[in-house]
Amino acid sequence: MGVDVKIEGLTKSFGKQLIWKDVTLTLPAGEISVMLGPSGTGKSVLLKTLIGLIKPDTGSVVIEGVDIASCSERDLYEVRKLFGVLFQDGAMFGSMDLFDNVAFPLREHTKKSESEIRNIVMEKMDLVGLIGAENKLPGEISGGMRKRAGLARALVLDPEILLIDEPDSGLDPVRTAFINQLFIDLNAQIDATFLIVTHDINSTRTVPDNIGLLYHKHLAMYGPREMLLSSEEPVVRQFLNAQTIGPIGMSEEKDADELAAEKDMGLPPLPPIPMQLEPSNGIPRKYQRPPGAWCRENGVTPPPGSFQADAAMAPGGMKADPTKAPH
Amino acid sequence: MSSLTAARALKPIGTAGSLFAFALDVGRAVFRRPFQFREFIQQAWFIASVTIVPTALVAIPFGAVIALQVGGLVAQFGAQSFVGSAAVLAVVQQAAPIATALLVAGAGGSAIAADLGARKIREELDAMMVLGIDPIQRLVVPRVLACMMIAVFLNGLVSIVGVMGGYVFNVIIQGGTPGAYLASFTALAQMADLWQGLAKALVFGLIAAIVASYMGMNAGGGPKGVGDAVNQSVVITFLLLFIVNFVMSAIFLQIIPSKSG
Ligand SMILES: Nc1ncnc2c1ncn2[C@@H]1O[C@H](COP(=O)(O)OP(=O)(O)OP(=O)(O)O)[C@@H](O)[C@H]1O
Ligand SMILES: [Mg+2]
Repeated sequence: MGVDVKIEGLTKSFGKQLIWKDVTLTLPAGEISVMLGPSGTGKSVLLKTLIGLIKPDTGSVVIEGVDIASCSERDLYEVRKLFGVLFQDGAMFGSMDLFDNVAFPLREHTKKSESEIRNIVMEKMDLVGLIGAENKLPGEISGGMRKRAGLARALVLDPEILLIDEPDSGLDPVRTAFINQLFIDLNAQIDATFLIVTHDINSTRTVPDNIGLLYHKHLAMYGPREMLLSSEEPVVRQFLNAQTIGPIGMSEEKDADELAAEKDMGLPPLPPIPMQLEPSNGIPRKYQRPPGAWCRENGVTPPPGSFQADAAMAPGGMKADPTKAPH
Repeated sequence: MSSLTAARALKPIGTAGSLFAFALDVGRAVFRRPFQFREFIQQAWFIASVTIVPTALVAIPFGAVIALQVGGLVAQFGAQSFVGSAAVLAVVQQAAPIATALLVAGAGGSAIAADLGARKIREELDAMMVLGIDPIQRLVVPRVLACMMIAVFLNGLVSIVGVMGGYVFNVIIQGGTPGAYLASFTALAQMADLWQGLAKALVFGLIAAIVASYMGMNAGGGPKGVGDAVNQSVVITFLLLFIVNFVMSAIFLQIIPSKSG
């Protein structure tokens, strides 16, 4: 079904180092959101705050009426059962093989028989393309495989909220395209609320319903995909279009000289907004909105060439034949 | 500036506080079911496997040195008949718990800190908590209990090997009489001394495992953080163990009347 995640006024610092301040946003139930931001802006810290692994200094994270930031340990363990989490490095248990890793949540939290567990685990392993590797130890496989195994483990309890930290770092482009399609199909299938942290511009442009950008210790913008992709806001357009011109420099912020030098360079035009990925079985997702709907409702003219299925410039925008339909 | 120095000076107190809070958490988790029996057995086996051989090797020279020292000293007083007894006292009361402590902290504790530290930086502990499992109950409690059990076991081992080492040294090298050595066992030593050694070993095992687990679970900053955690856990455990050994010895001296003649 998916549930809302209401984040309000969240601030976190480690010692004197402020990570972000006053982050307020709501992850709408059942929708896919992507969080972007330069390296080190605290995206992983934000994910960990959402599951109560890190306590924020101020602010609240409310899920089904429970405030993660201030609830009791007992409530926290209850609420966490709604979550599936993929950590940045997969976080597989090093002493267990992949099968036991993926089976772990089932063995802990359900009374299923070993044969039922086996079926579920193999189904998820198939989903992430790891059939045949189930008896390998996490130390014996590549980073990308660890990540896919982590995803299988996150999915195994049919979570209401999926938090995914950089699913595509360490994956090759083909696997990335498959994983993106997998997210869309999964969302159609289980209607969970997704929050994906990524650096991949292509995924950002084609997968989510909503996009957020963390920049310079605050949430620069959060909203529907089309809103950010058509935004003229300098930081947003620089990041979403991977350009060097704009306020973001190598060390996060450019100094005044650099900005002045760029002043009279014309900004490149916004590229067309691609179509959003659709479930591979063709049945629209529950919260999917027609292409261009947001732009029309808000009187925004999308960049020329937007929403043309055949004009998908980005490789991931093409609808290749993706993973098998989920069973 | 002054607040910075103050913060630095007060940091150990904060650490001691959170170490104590951690110990209380562990104490509470001991009684939470289901008990992780498999993990307990595996850990006990593992700790035993890394400590038994070094312990035996340390115990023999320990016993021999004590026999040498005590034997020489006692001979000067003309009380050769007490050699065996004095050696047993020294080994059972002091040498065995200390040797055990060094090995449990040095071999067992460092392995625990390294293991938990690696899990911490690989985010395994985070993943566990997210999956609704408390790492203290799941990982720390079995390790603490295993460490205590193995400490008691090692204590017995050191006592036996030490006493035998003393016997061999006294009888064969110093030319003492076997009968006198054995007969004098009960002259000064008593059952309470065994209990004392046992109690010390239990407490030492507890401290070593708690400190190692705490350090491991709070490791930070990549692989180097794990190395630091291991290093600190060994140093802190040694410090604590020597202090606790002193305190416990003093208490036992007060409450157990020593046997005379
Ligand atoms: N437990 C911690 N203690 C102290 N500082 C931390 C801790 N965790 C993260 N940080 C700091 O918070 C900042 C943000 O880290 P985070 O891992 O969230 O970045 P990120 O946005 O996920 O970057 P990347 O895209 O490279 O993964 C970093 O400067 C890091 O040093
Ligand atoms: Mg990160």
